[in-house]
Amino acid sequence: MAHAYTPGLKVLHQSEVEKNRRLPIKGEVLKEQGDNVLPNDIVAKTDLPGNVQMVKVSNLLNIGPGDIHDAMIVKNGVAISKGQIIAEMAGLFGLFKSDVKSPIDGTLESVSDVTGVAVLREAPIPVEVDAYMSGSVKEIIPEEGVVIGAKAAFIQGIFGIGGESRGEIVIVSSSRDDEIKPEMITTEHEGKIIVGGSFISLEAYQKARAMKVAGVVVGGFNYFDLEALLGYTLGVAITGTESLGTSLVLTEGYGKIQMSDRTFSLLKEHENHFASINGATQIRAGVIRPEIVIPLDENQISDDIQFESQEIGIDAGSLVRIIRAPYFGKIGKVTRLPSDLEKMESETMVRVAEIEVDGEILKVPRSNLEMLETN
Amino acid sequence: MKLNSILATDCGSTTTKAILIENIEGEYRLTVRGEAPTTVEAPFEDVTKGVLNAVMEVEELAGRKLLDGDNIMSPQKDGVGVDIYISTSSAGGGLQMMVAGAVKSMTGESAERAALSAGSIVMDVIASNDGRLPHEKIKRIRQLRPDMILLAGGTDGGTVSHVVELAEILRAANPKPRLGQNYKLPVIYAGNTKAQKQIQEVLGDIVDLDMVENIRPTLEGENLGPSRDKVHDLFMEHVMAQAPGYKKLMSWTDAPIMPTPGAVGSLIEMIAKEQDISVVGVDIGGATTDIFSVFSGKFNRTVSANLGMSYSVCNVLAEAGLDNVLRWVPLDIDRKELTNRIGNKMIRPTTVPQSLEELIIEQAIAREALRLSFEQHKAFAVALKGVQTTRTISDAFEQSGSGQSLVNMMELDLLVGSGGVLSHAPRRAQSARMMIDAFQPEGITQLAVDSIFMMPQLGVLANIDKESLSKEARKAALEVFHKDCLIRLGTCITPVGKTKSKALILTADLTFTDGTSKTIQLREGDFIQMDAPHEPIKAKLTPAKKMDIGGGVGEIIQTEIYGGVTGLVFDGRGRPLDIPTDQGKRLELLRKWSEAVSEYPDVKAIEVSI
Repeated sequence: MAHAYTPGLKVLHQSEVEKNRRLPIKGEVLKEQGDNVLPNDIVAKTDLPGNVQMVKVSNLLNIGPGDIHDAMIVKNGVAISKGQIIAEMAGLFGLFKSDVKSPIDGTLESVSDVTGVAVLREAPIPVEVDAYMSGSVKEIIPEEGVVIGAKAAFIQGIFGIGGESRGEIVIVSSSRDDEIKPEMITTEHEGKIIVGGSFISLEAYQKARAMKVAGVVVGGFNYFDLEALLGYTLGVAITGTESLGTSLVLTEGYGKIQMSDRTFSLLKEHENHFASINGATQIRAGVIRPEIVIPLDENQISDDIQFESQEIGIDAGSLVRIIRAPYFGKIGKVTRLPSDLEKMESETMVRVAEIEVDGEILKVPRSNLEMLETN
Repeated sequence: MKLNSILATDCGSTTTKAILIENIEGEYRLTVRGEAPTTVEAPFEDVTKGVLNAVMEVEELAGRKLLDGDNIMSPQKDGVGVDIYISTSSAGGGLQMMVAGAVKSMTGESAERAALSAGSIVMDVIASNDGRLPHEKIKRIRQLRPDMILLAGGTDGGTVSHVVELAEILRAANPKPRLGQNYKLPVIYAGNTKAQKQIQEVLGDIVDLDMVENIRPTLEGENLGPSRDKVHDLFMEHVMAQAPGYKKLMSWTDAPIMPTPGAVGSLIEMIAKEQDISVVGVDIGGATTDIFSVFSGKFNRTVSANLGMSYSVCNVLAEAGLDNVLRWVPLDIDRKELTNRIGNKMIRPTTVPQSLEELIIEQAIAREALRLSFEQHKAFAVALKGVQTTRTISDAFEQSGSGQSLVNMMELDLLVGSGGVLSHAPRRAQSARMMIDAFQPEGITQLAVDSIFMMPQLGVLANIDKESLSKEARKAALEVFHKDCLIRLGTCITPVGKTKSKALILTADLTFTDGTSKTIQLREGDFIQMDAPHEPIKAKLTPAKKMDIGGGVGEIIQTEIYGGVTGLVFDGRGRPLDIPTDQGKRLELLRKWSEAVSEYPDVKAIEVSI
């Protein structure tokens, strides 16, 4: 049977979700294998080396770089405080003494007799990594972090902004076609993850931020409105570090596009449940998509469902979404995968799939399809 | 040594491409190509799996055995195996470097040129006078996590303090390499030789330090060769050796693996030298656009890291502006709707244009991506470049971005395009139009596209050092380049100068190989296409009084020109190309130009949507 590989976004009722929680540099792991964790639990911590200040001591004292060692009154590695004299030079006959004060609290790291510069380092910056989601510690990565695992419902979005967030899921629109309007967002949604249908306007999203909503999950948003949010035109889809307060996960794309039935139903099923979301997106080799993880309680876990999702191709019968004009956003079932190349309206020769959408058969390049991976 | 067969792969970020070159009756020809997804990343994490898959496809198509289990059989014996196996790589984001120099426009620029010509992406240029405070530089170095750093600064025997200060900044930043946590970052020192001892003292214990000859031994001389070679060595020894599977891959190849753009650049340099011509080559990819040029024997490469057709497509929109993209689109499209569409292409980068409208929009974006990349190239390709080149002291002070560009469009002989949007355009006329509109060649310029982007493999083939192989490998690379790699589109003939609207600007008297002849009269504003095969055509080109076709204002040229799959294009639209802002006039012109070269299947279809 014809079979084609196509990338897909995961919409899974139950999956074994694993998350690496690693420090940027080596440090201390605070949990042990098998420990149960909550999203806010700190699992590892470390200190990043402090910022560096370079002080041109020889210039300030009007001496040659080679004389710097004579002028320094603090030794390498010694702690110093802001305003403390670190070097001095007696002037003529001991008069007109000049000195150099430390601009920071920290330590003297090194002194160069070639450039006459003293390198001062500020206090280390503590960094902590939390668990992000409820679950248990599956694995310890020595000195770096842990792997948290949980059985969870798992949904991938297509694009997001803002980093990790968490909160209770609240469905604010009555159907997957509906927009999230500003008036739908109230103070009650503070700290919650609100879910809407097809679209959120810039105005409504700004209202969500003002109401301190933890996150928004919605079908679409306007690309040109991103600039107002980010302060720059998003040229390359690498996000996650924006300080927006309210993470945004788009499940379908830019524009007004109804949320897929599967995604909306699954989120509805888990209304009032606690979820972790991450808007971070990287569309490059090694793609990262935004995600919604809803850890399951014992009583929600089913043994019938296959946990491991397989990267499989499309076949006749596969449920797919068309991801490019002229049929952008339509969802249908593959009826046939002809093996010969076919000429499109653009005259591009491609392998196509025949898709049944609302009773009509459409021919679409296979690369313009997205598999809806479900269980 | 005579070679019977050569297998070459190029491991890209997403696809690994394999080609088989065979000696057929004394001639080297490309016989088969195959491809497979690259397997550097999870779940495979072994580049050789993708290589083997691509080679397996070649095996099947060629109908001969090349693999013995997981090994490439070499040398060829009884029709089994190949004589040489070579590879290039840009997987995992290619080679990402940071360079540092004492003065930004001098040693900083020399270091940047060396890194670019070695095939790397230059993430940042740190210089003593770059306007940033030391702690800002330190923060930047820490953030970037380059694969390698090239540190230059000072002429030999000159001051040491600036370059040592840069080393101290590097030390304070203590940069960590991007790939792998357990090895030291490679740093090449190519500055004042007098400072080598101090540099060793400052950096020796925290990085993997290599010393090479000064990149700028004197103010008026540049010596990029040793730094470029060292970058290539370290690329394989340190950087790629950290990437999954590369140690194994390195043990298979008969020549060191080169960074993909480095291989392409060296091939273009070689072609220009061999034919004594000026060449511009462009590779427009999903994320980046590389431009290579050789003018007056000087090679330059630039990489526009965020100008591409999928991952970076929104950045083209951001940098060019929507109006500049839309000026190439003969349709009346809702602007907001268009930005959402382009945004959706960015987040779903693998899609292809199904409708004609989508294709037209994509090709409009490509024109702007190419135009912007070429502008960046022209600004960078100033003054000298090349191995062991010497220049005068007066040139040394013109080395700024605003200095005189080496790029002279009237001098350009050959423009080669590659990358999906150019190589796979449904009609070749579309590739020709995109290249003419974006680069705006002047005088007589041959146009070509790399049919399947095999320049990387041919580049590494032409660079084999092994004495017993090098001569024959180079011969093979050149033969395949000319016979199988390039699709000759034809020649663009553009007189340049000030003239009146609709005035006669050029008379071209053409005599074909079959003895027939034809005269073309080109008026200002005309855009004329004429079918002509890739054969020598005798041409007498008579420009109008104030026009120049390459020989000087009003000078007649008698020369040989070549047609190709799109024939000859006579471009009287003027330079720079001026597109009216009035919607009606613009659409009329766009349609006229499009029809002139049969660019799109049904221009009427375009009219319907307006």
